[in-house]
Amino acid sequence: MSPEKMVMMANQIATFFRSQPGDDQPERIAEHLNDFWAPRMRAQFLAHVRDGGQGCDPLVVRAAAHVRAPVVRAD
Amino acid sequence: MKDFIIPGEDTDRGTPAKSGAPVTLVVDGIEVTVPEGTSVMRAASEAGIQVPKLCATDSLEAFGSCRLCVVEIEGRRGTPASCTTPVAAGMVVTTRSEKVQKIRRGVMELYISDHPLDCLTCSANGDCELQDMAGAVGLREVRYGPGETHFEVRSGGDANARYIPKDDSNPYFTYDPAKCIVCNRCVRACEEVQGTFALTIEGRGFDSRVSVGAPNFLESDCVSCGACVQACPTATLQEKSVIEIGTPERSVITTCAYCGVGCSFKAELSGDQLVRMVPWKHGKANRGHSCVKGRFAYGYAMHQDRILSPMIRDRITDPWREVSWEEAMSFAARRMRGLQEQYGKNSIGVITSSRCTNEETYLVQKLTRAVFGNNNTDTCARVCHSPTGYGLGQTFGTSAGTQDFDSVEHTDVVVVIGANPTDGHPVFASRLKKRLRAGAKLIVIDPRRIDLVRSAHVSAAHHLALRPGTNVAVVSAMAHVIVTEGLAAEEYIRERCDWEEYLAYSDFIRDPRHSPEATEMLTGVPAAELRAAARAFATGGNGAIYYGLGVTEHSQGSTTVMGIANLAMLTGNVGRKGVGVNPLRGQNNVQGSCDMGSFPHELPGYRHVKGAEVRAIFEQAWGVEIDPEPGLRIPNMLDAAVMGTFKGLYCQGEDILQSDPDTKHVAAGLAAMECVIVHDLFLNETANYAHVFLPGSSFLEKDGTFTNAERRINRVRRVMAPKNGYEDWEVTQLLANAMGANWRYTHPSQIMAEIALTTPSFAGVTYEVLEEKGSVQWPCNEAHPDGTPLMHVDGFVRGKGRFIVTEYVATDEKTGPRFPLLLTTGRILSQYNVGAQTRRTENVAWHDEDVLEIHPHDAEVRGLKDRDWVRLASRAGETSLRAKVTDRVSPGVVYTTFHHPDTQANVITTDFSDWATNCPEFKVTAVQVSQSNGPSDWQEGYAAHAERARRILPAAE
Ligand code: SF4
Ligand code: SF4
Ligand code: SF4
Ligand code: FES
Repeated sequence: MSPEKMVMMANQIATFFRSQPGDDQPERIAEHLNDFWAPRMRAQFLAHVRDGGQGCDPLVVRAAAHVRAPVVRAD
Repeated sequence: MKDFIIPGEDTDRGTPAKSGAPVTLVVDGIEVTVPEGTSVMRAASEAGIQVPKLCATDSLEAFGSCRLCVVEIEGRRGTPASCTTPVAAGMVVTTRSEKVQKIRRGVMELYISDHPLDCLTCSANGDCELQDMAGAVGLREVRYGPGETHFEVRSGGDANARYIPKDDSNPYFTYDPAKCIVCNRCVRACEEVQGTFALTIEGRGFDSRVSVGAPNFLESDCVSCGACVQACPTATLQEKSVIEIGTPERSVITTCAYCGVGCSFKAELSGDQLVRMVPWKHGKANRGHSCVKGRFAYGYAMHQDRILSPMIRDRITDPWREVSWEEAMSFAARRMRGLQEQYGKNSIGVITSSRCTNEETYLVQKLTRAVFGNNNTDTCARVCHSPTGYGLGQTFGTSAGTQDFDSVEHTDVVVVIGANPTDGHPVFASRLKKRLRAGAKLIVIDPRRIDLVRSAHVSAAHHLALRPGTNVAVVSAMAHVIVTEGLAAEEYIRERCDWEEYLAYSDFIRDPRHSPEATEMLTGVPAAELRAAARAFATGGNGAIYYGLGVTEHSQGSTTVMGIANLAMLTGNVGRKGVGVNPLRGQNNVQGSCDMGSFPHELPGYRHVKGAEVRAIFEQAWGVEIDPEPGLRIPNMLDAAVMGTFKGLYCQGEDILQSDPDTKHVAAGLAAMECVIVHDLFLNETANYAHVFLPGSSFLEKDGTFTNAERRINRVRRVMAPKNGYEDWEVTQLLANAMGANWRYTHPSQIMAEIALTTPSFAGVTYEVLEEKGSVQWPCNEAHPDGTPLMHVDGFVRGKGRFIVTEYVATDEKTGPRFPLLLTTGRILSQYNVGAQTRRTENVAWHDEDVLEIHPHDAEVRGLKDRDWVRLASRAGETSLRAKVTDRVSPGVVYTTFHHPDTQANVITTDFSDWATNCPEFKVTAVQVSQSNGPSDWQEGYAAHAERARRILPAAE
């Protein structure tokens, strides 16, 4: 998917969790991505953050540390 | 009621059942015990004695006008009407005394003297209560000479002024006043059962006639629900199909395949020809009622456009080639496997249908998980109710709607938010209106003045006409009022909800930024009105919330669902009759398709694929390894297709090109795929991009189950052989086996057995149980062998109910100078979804095109008049359609439906979506409206493309 769209979706998720009480927002964002984003999307996301994370909400960047890198499988 | 087919369980007992203390009486020497309040007529019927009757039927309250049902009661004077006389303890009733028999014959003589004696050629011959009663009372002669009548075209050489010709304007039934006995049943059915009040009796005495208050039925307020036709004892109101074919001779109970109400019907047949669909009075969702779609709009199943042979083509620019099933399957299997070899295991996927049966959906997701070896399965529920799954799952612990439909009978305050039940869920709307007429209060939260806001004998106490996209702000403001005014049900919350989370929530919601005064400018809802509505909901007794796609199809859809759950918990309105949170599901089996594991992240029963124990259950049952990673959702599949990583799709019974947002993007995604398999009744719009077409079977041609919006699992029964040769589950099985699976199902009941084996909430569901109980609501298992009408009765499924903070976030879809208006979309009664079925029926009489509703003010500044062609443009695209100038919509808001492919309303909608689930934001698009001369370039280009793409080569003989 286009990087802009991916960033927008990640930012939307961050916006929701930012409003939630507690101090584990990055973990909860990452949990959401782990649960609902297919491996290839997560790979694209992690690569984008690694490349500077252009357009990403700072909370999204912090969440990236908790996003599970997809196991590369021979398929 | 013309229930002559299965005597016994369908006997018309004359008046409705009552519930009350038992009362014992004697009828014709037989002792019978019935609930207090029961009529003597019904008591007699329960004792096995049918009292002759004409104006009474058990779907309607007794009226007492025909006097055919008179009886004698010991110790009482005269001959009271048994339909209007309630039973009393110790009563001794005689139904066949000489005296009453004589009265009855007199009554019948009068009726018959004004009734044509053409029984042999009458369409109701053998199915007419007047005929039956003439027999039952022993009428042998009519002594009245020819006098004035209503049925003679000419009398004494002149035109008979009393004669009214037959009205056949309605496409499905006729009204022949010459045969009317003015029993008032139709009028009462339209009022009591349907709630439309289209009919009245005009005139008095001999002059009285049924009137539609319009030149004819089609132009009247009638919504063609068929209740009056069902109630009419004569041929006066008669289905055209019966007139054409004759009376049916057998019937099969099945379930409507249109909307999420899931009405039960008797499919009445003559041989294998379907004569009519009659709502089944024992159906627990509909209680004998129906709407125009289920009752009449089944003709698409026999439509000539149906494709009955499989077809393939190498490129989508080629014409289709009809081939054998074997050839189609090996072509499809070869291509799909080839794609996997070339582009990887995850390069193909499926879209399951919310129209097909549970068994079929289960097999399609099994196909991707067990045969393709990935989790790329999604369903069109993605585009409607996925936020319900997420939002209610987070707050209550299950995505299930909390109530059954009967619950509405115990509701005191109803909130309808983002739903239009009279059009989308008509039979539920009728039940709701009945409750409203009995005094329940209604709060409507919708940008548009939907019919419920003001209609015959029903009006909303509050209509909060919010700006599209501000649901969260409005729902939060209601919660703010409830909390700050001390109306929260704290005791309930302490007992049933997580108190810590409630405290955090309450701090959040108390903030003045959530007050109705603070959000009024944003939402457009007057603060005082909102406060009044919130107070009414919190203090009015049992409060129930019903919501639809106007809630879910937003970028904050999931947040709104959580907000709704918060409101219900705040007011203590979950866990008993008359309350609850009720998602109104669009298509017939949205609930079921979600239950069956259609989503890419969860296996059947809403269990995430990451769970090793869950995977183990299916790995054992299927003998394969299951991928623990979530697969692609529909929008992700399309994005991936455009990027070149997703190449093959098996799409069952859905038309994503028409039903999904941002048509151009969908088209680009489909065009980029190398193998699109469409499995459908018709060459739908998506099929224009397909390489393989597998003909589907209609709901009349297969066995299976649908699960309606109240979690009720209803049987679908095969009433005729599939015209395409296979039921849809068989087609999926053929494809799976062509790809190397070794499935050996021979009946859907075996698939249900597999579902029960693997999915705890279905553990107790078998075809035998469904046969015995008619239907069950899941969870149905050892703990709940009879199913579960109400959820969360002894506490929430997740343990403690969870309040979730719901911050309003404006959608990125904002109006501006270029696109100053907000477009919202919806549906209408006579059409269904993308219209593939309903457009192929006579329902087009009511809605032959999509129109754009626009407020008079917005129309005027653009120089638009009613019926003008207008250009509707958003940043995604543009289309043209006709304008309808109306103040149903507020200034600044325009509205249209999406039932016709020519309109392509989804060319306009954008790819914004719900933050949690990617459910598209159908309900808010910034648009501009201007004058136009006709269809847009896109529409014309598309029409040309569609025509090319639908070419079929003549079969080589
Ligand atoms: S149309 Fe039928 S139901 Fe209505 S009054 Fe006449 S006979 Fe009775
Ligand atoms: S079809 Fe339904 S709406 Fe129309 S007149 Fe009959 S009962 Fe009323
Ligand atoms: S209300 Fe829905 S399920 Fe019932 S008949 Fe109408 S379309 Fe079918
Ligand atoms: S049936 Fe009782 S008065 Fe008509």
